[in-house]
Amino acid sequence: MINLQLFWSFFQIGLFSIGGGYAAMPLIQHQVVELHPWLTMTQFADIMTIAEMTPGPIAINSATFVGIQIAGLPGAIIATLGCVFPSCVIVLALAYVYYHYKGLDVIQGILAGLRPAVVAMIASAGLSLLVLALWGEEGQISLSHLDWVAAGIFAVALVVLRRWKPDPILVMAGAGAAGAILYHFL
Amino acid sequence: MKQQKNTYWTLFWSTFQLSAFTFGGGFVIIPLMRKKFVHHLKWIEEEEMLDLTAIAQSCPGAIAVNASILVGYRVAGVPGALITMLGTVLPPLIIISIISLFYAAFRDNAVVSMVMSGMLAGVAAVICDVVLTMGANIFKQKKLLPIFVLAGAFCAVRLWNVNIILIILVCGALGAANLAWSTRKKNQEGGEVQ
Repeated sequence: MINLQLFWSFFQIGLFSIGGGYAAMPLIQHQVVELHPWLTMTQFADIMTIAEMTPGPIAINSATFVGIQIAGLPGAIIATLGCVFPSCVIVLALAYVYYHYKGLDVIQGILAGLRPAVVAMIASAGLSLLVLALWGEEGQISLSHLDWVAAGIFAVALVVLRRWKPDPILVMAGAGAAGAILYHFL
Repeated sequence: MKQQKNTYWTLFWSTFQLSAFTFGGGFVIIPLMRKKFVHHLKWIEEEEMLDLTAIAQSCPGAIAVNASILVGYRVAGVPGALITMLGTVLPPLIIISIISLFYAAFRDNAVVSMVMSGMLAGVAAVICDVVLTMGANIFKQKKLLPIFVLAGAFCAVRLWNVNIILIILVCGALGAANLAWSTRKKNQEGGEVQ
């Protein structure tokens, strides 16, 4: 039963995360934090952090992580299968269309319409992570509850990313090291 | 027969390695795949790879998975597609499985917790950077509809708690309708249709 739910949730994530990269993030949050009580917001943030630090797509990383937490290794495999199944079918269908008709106009149109919506949804999910990083799980948003260390790391990391465009992994490693040092001494 | 087995193995091993060492998501894996399959193995034409990239980005799901399915399909049909998909999915499956074994034990450790807090602020910054870049590209088009969709979708998901899947369906339909409308307008004006 739980395996079926896992498959169905990640099937939807796989089916509706269009645009690659972080597009899957809001859908994962919706399925595994809001809809099902599988992960807390902190665990969700952890898996996003781990996904950023390890190779592989975010959706596959999350499927494996959630699956293993909920139903062990079989759960991980089932969730991952659910996640790639829609891609597999649709990609192969489109590949067939491409090699036989060479027409992809409608898809380009749909994609153009989706792009701003995807940006908006990533922004929203990112905002949830930012609130968690700066104010913690209770989410009482006020100046007195602000985690100044996290706010500082966030600000510096953002400036570095915008200014010098380094590899995000280096920024993450730096942020982790800064966290260990600053939280230890402050 | 032997030849075919070799092709399957090369497909699997190439995608496995690419997936295992590609940090930072789908957009990074595409140039690496091009290097491997276009320049090194010479299995796919340069031009064709561009089209395959466009298809991979147009389809739902992870770009890395989609791209490897396409490459596998192109080189060895549906069995090839399944093999490259397996090669791409296995490394993250193995790595994350190992990490989750240690996760429960490590998460309560004070130092790990500090590092994770720092990295979470880092992730928030990375995502903020991505959103700023993508958002700027949308505003640069100077078209009303995309900006309207951006604002509307943000309000819908953040303030009104509209189901994400519904937003995707509506915005996709909107994009298709917009394309149909502008093509018709072009045709009526008798201008050159691109």
